[in-house]
Amino acid sequence: MAVHTDYRMSQLDELESESIHIFREVAAEFRKPVLLFSGGKDSIVMLRLAEKAFYPARVPFPVMQVDTGFDFPEVIETRDRWVDRLGVRMIIASVDEAIANGVVVDDGKTSRNRLQIGTLLDAIEREGFTAAFGGGRRDEEKARAKERVYSHRDDFGQWDPKNQRPELWNLYNGKLHEGEHMRVFPLSNWTELDIWHYIGREGIEVPSIYFAHEREVIARDGMLLSASDAVQPKKGESITKEMVRFRTVGDMTLTGCVKSEAATVDEIIDEIAVATVTERGATRGDDRFSEAAMEDRKREGYF
Amino acid sequence: MDLLRFATAGSVDDGKSTLIGRLLLDSKAIFEDQMSAVETTSKSRGYDYTDLALLTDGLRSEREQGITIDVAYRYFATPKRKFIIADTPGHIQYTRNMVTGASTADLGLVLVDARNGLTEQSRRHAVLLSLLRVPHLVLAVNKMDLVDYDEDVFNKIAKEFGSFATKLAIPDLTIIPMSALKGDNVVTRSENMPWYAGTSLIHHLENVHVASDRDMIDSRFPVQYVIRPKSDEFHDYRGYAGQVAGGVLKPGDEVQVLPSGMTSRIKAIDVFDKEVSEAYPPMSVTVRLEDDLDVSRGDMICRPKNSPTPSQNIDAMVCWMTNEPLRPRQKLAIKHTTRTGKVLIKSIQYRLDINTLHRDMETGELGLNEIGRVQFRSAVPLLCDPYDKNRTTGAFILIDEATGNTVGAGMINDAD
Repeated sequence: MAVHTDYRMSQLDELESESIHIFREVAAEFRKPVLLFSGGKDSIVMLRLAEKAFYPARVPFPVMQVDTGFDFPEVIETRDRWVDRLGVRMIIASVDEAIANGVVVDDGKTSRNRLQIGTLLDAIEREGFTAAFGGGRRDEEKARAKERVYSHRDDFGQWDPKNQRPELWNLYNGKLHEGEHMRVFPLSNWTELDIWHYIGREGIEVPSIYFAHEREVIARDGMLLSASDAVQPKKGESITKEMVRFRTVGDMTLTGCVKSEAATVDEIIDEIAVATVTERGATRGDDRFSEAAMEDRKREGYF
Repeated sequence: MDLLRFATAGSVDDGKSTLIGRLLLDSKAIFEDQMSAVETTSKSRGYDYTDLALLTDGLRSEREQGITIDVAYRYFATPKRKFIIADTPGHIQYTRNMVTGASTADLGLVLVDARNGLTEQSRRHAVLLSLLRVPHLVLAVNKMDLVDYDEDVFNKIAKEFGSFATKLAIPDLTIIPMSALKGDNVVTRSENMPWYAGTSLIHHLENVHVASDRDMIDSRFPVQYVIRPKSDEFHDYRGYAGQVAGGVLKPGDEVQVLPSGMTSRIKAIDVFDKEVSEAYPPMSVTVRLEDDLDVSRGDMICRPKNSPTPSQNIDAMVCWMTNEPLRPRQKLAIKHTTRTGKVLIKSIQYRLDINTLHRDMETGELGLNEIGRVQFRSAVPLLCDPYDKNRTTGAFILIDEATGNTVGAGMINDAD
């Protein structure tokens, strides 16, 4: 951080400072926090901020990934390098295992994304976590725009959007009863552009699939899906090769990519600056089911 | 590029949603998929126009009832600044939401309809912004197109508001004639109002000077977390992590730790793996001291000749946020800076009518969304300043221990 003689902070420094404050507050007040880590850019930025918040000590909580079984291999590789470098403990909550153990039911119609909810809640309860950091941003989606930084979850892991605790100044209320937990969103005030500016400034490693590359894709429902064992062409569809990149990373069967030539962080920033569609609107099948798709999933305990 | 947080309050009628929609559209912070969703919903409801309020009303219940209930945070940026809007409902039954939005705002934006002039609601918004010590206020006299861009109409409203504002604590007031719908004085200066010599709203938001709003004199560093790596490489490292709440800290400064009163010097200030030469609000840093003192979360590092007196008897303005009223003898939990403890309410001196500023001395209790002057005793000494000197060390929240809910927000007047 440069020295500012006029006592101004850049917007990135101010956002970083706010997020670090949140991390330290949770570490001080909660018995057992965990960081929900998908390997995507937002959770990587979260992990970077946690590293900064506690340096030179280690990050004082584990990270947990909910493995849908359909995660991009590039994302898993990046995840593992981050976890190794920081020396944090990683817990994997597997949707496949949750199905095998009867925690969630795969009826063949429910998406993996939705099955993550039960898997996640089960893992939080089993491990006894009292606070779970999530990488959600308020600019992503309109239900998130109303969610608190400290977002209370009841005994059943549910969010009640009408009964949220008022959140004032930088005073966060971490009061919990037995069996409840808190979701904490340190990136609440960051936008997609802020995330990329920060990735550029800090030289943060993110999965290669965020940058333009050639990939075999299938056009479906206005999205480009990556062709794989799990995603095969249906009748009338075909596989084509395109220069693409991913704006978000999630379940391979639901996360689309966009045509792009952006191969560097700076080119991505230029691309987003002129983008006309939100990152979720462009690429997330899971948000397209209804206007309140995100709110409904969040009520049930989604990230 | 720096950051400006501003709060707006109002209802659909005064054009607030149109204004926010325009700010977002003109700065390209609304995307096509969001806009088309709003257009579809507006059409399906039989509206004649696209209701931009649907962009910010994020919850199912809000869309169903057609009203804004909760604070929504919206983001946009110009080449000069990033902006965070805390968009809040204007009705009196949502006072607590307005107070929430104003608590972190650098600037408050109050809208009035030029045809109606000042209303109870616009006065109330100004009162709340002043109570929350939001340092900059913009009064946007909107819908000027509907009064033929008449200078006299604007002047009359500006004068009336100016005299009302003398009763409030508003250090910086800017009044702008505007039409959010037509775009007059929103982004560019309006050609329809050549008599107006000031700037457009965006120009004002981009240039208003906020860096000196914080207290840069009285050093206040609430200790949030103690960093002790217990590793071979950093065997003796002991750092006090926190966010600077006031003043400028520098290595070499003589400091005092409260409540113990012990003194030492700052050895170094760390931001991640680098040492910095100074720290000021709202930087999150780690302070290391020359001496090995017993310092823990909830303590405060300040200067020996400039420190708050640890106080247990507190006099504060409290906004009450829950259905069950606040009454004397009630016991609550408090969170103030990084300290938590219990308080006992002693008295409720008066309830403030936020429409008229009248003080009701007879009330004895505070109901939901009411604001009043309250005296209480804290079991732990609070290391506090008056809120009008420092919005961080002067603020607190009250928590009901049975439900865990945040039930009150307070601003300290005086403490001993």
